[in-house]
Amino acid sequence: MQSPWLYIGLFLLVGIIIPIIPIAFSALVAPKKPNPIKQSTYECGIETVGDSWVQFKAQYYVFALIFLIFDVETVFLFPWALAINALPFFAVAEGVLFILILIAGLSFAWRKGMIEWV
Amino acid sequence: MSFWTDPIKVVYDGLMLLLTGWGLSGAAANVISSLLGILLLITGAMVLDIMLVWVERKVVARFQGRLGPNRVGPYGLFQPFPDIIKLIIKEDITPDGADKVVYNMAPIISLGSVIFLWAVVPLASTIYGVDLNVALLYLVAAGALGTLSIIMAGWSSNNKYALLGAFRQVAAMISFEIPMVVALLIPTILAGSLSLKVITEAQAGGRWFFWLSPLGAVLFLISAIAELGRSPFDLNEGESEIVSGYHIEYTGMKFGLFYAGELLHAFTFGGFLSVLFFGGWHGPWASQYPLLGVFYFVAKAMFGYWLIMWVKYTVPRIRIDHMLAFNWKFLTPVAFALLVVTAVVHSLLKNAGFWPYCFGLFFSNVLLGWITLEILRASTRRQRLAVEAPQPAAQH
Repeated sequence: MQSPWLYIGLFLLVGIIIPIIPIAFSALVAPKKPNPIKQSTYECGIETVGDSWVQFKAQYYVFALIFLIFDVETVFLFPWALAINALPFFAVAEGVLFILILIAGLSFAWRKGMIEWV
Repeated sequence: MSFWTDPIKVVYDGLMLLLTGWGLSGAAANVISSLLGILLLITGAMVLDIMLVWVERKVVARFQGRLGPNRVGPYGLFQPFPDIIKLIIKEDITPDGADKVVYNMAPIISLGSVIFLWAVVPLASTIYGVDLNVALLYLVAAGALGTLSIIMAGWSSNNKYALLGAFRQVAAMISFEIPMVVALLIPTILAGSLSLKVITEAQAGGRWFFWLSPLGAVLFLISAIAELGRSPFDLNEGESEIVSGYHIEYTGMKFGLFYAGELLHAFTFGGFLSVLFFGGWHGPWASQYPLLGVFYFVAKAMFGYWLIMWVKYTVPRIRIDHMLAFNWKFLTPVAFALLVVTAVVHSLLKNAGFWPYCFGLFFSNVLLGWITLEILRASTRRQRLAVEAPQPAAQH
């Protein structure tokens, strides 16, 4: 095949269609008897209290932020790890220094209590 | 080149000949043959998924000292089929107020993200979907789609418990992606490529990356279990606690797709553990007979899946704050330390000969593991002494 990405594109297409088949089949075969009590939101058997879309706790945002920083770091580390065989030792030491700088960032976050779940 | 040494190429060439003989252009014949190959691969993965329902139930039963399904067919082998039929004929109850488009897309993307992973898995020396030269990056990207589907499921269900469960699950999953990606960089360094085919071939002759980097394999296993959202990290799917978290409001086949997706995801990660660290399809005579390679791959993937199940049914569920502390305060520093040690030792010793290289890497891993355990012991000893320290007599 000419290009692996053509295969991946076709794979994505077929891979999305295949899970739709059982759902479509179930939509044909299964009974449909909607009634308001069955379709009300589940809250351990009692009537729901308050809005469904609750306030977002800020700690999730902090974790996502820390994840983002380290994810971008790993994106930079991918080409370094890939080329490590062809690089002189100086470049390896430089990569290690990059990782150490980000570990310093992690320890800062740790000491400031930013990775606590309160 | 007979059928036994290179089955895919023989079939593909034959198909191309047939289709161009019927008058289709080369490109169209190419697309059609690729589509047939893709359908075969995906159908194979789905059939495996159905078998995994039986495997899971039997293994959990044996871990818990009971028999498991043994009525339907010999040894209960046909059990998945009544399960599927039951899920298909169940009524599909959509909660009112749910966001219909997102609600319906979530299970499809959840199972889809697992199926996408099978495009790059090398099942044998010549049997694989496609040899992508950035396969590891593709792995991480396709895995992230699964995370997206969880938020879609939780948000669109119009249920505050589903939403909270989805938030917590996604916070845990993205946190554990960091040690997983760093653990994925270790085979990259050792093999010099992101392509899974090249990584597998670099492990020829018993030179498994597990021997070179056991700590990397353990790190990948732990963070993969957390990525899967499986026990002991499954507090958001804890069937006994918050009643299934983000898939509370799903019934019938949509729930079935989530469940099947989770099982297949676990098996796929067992497959990746075997490809990255246990030599993939390597084994006696696997290079000449690719179908034997497939057998070795499935056997090693089953072993990886069994490890994942063993952990699930042995260890109790971990609380969310312990889980996140475990990731950011333990796994991430250890992962980066391992990456630094592996990169330095690999660069220093790669020209030193086979045995110094292997022993150097192995012992540096063992040393790092020992240092980590010593640091843990020291910190827990400090905490224990702080609690048990004799209090002054007049404290009031």
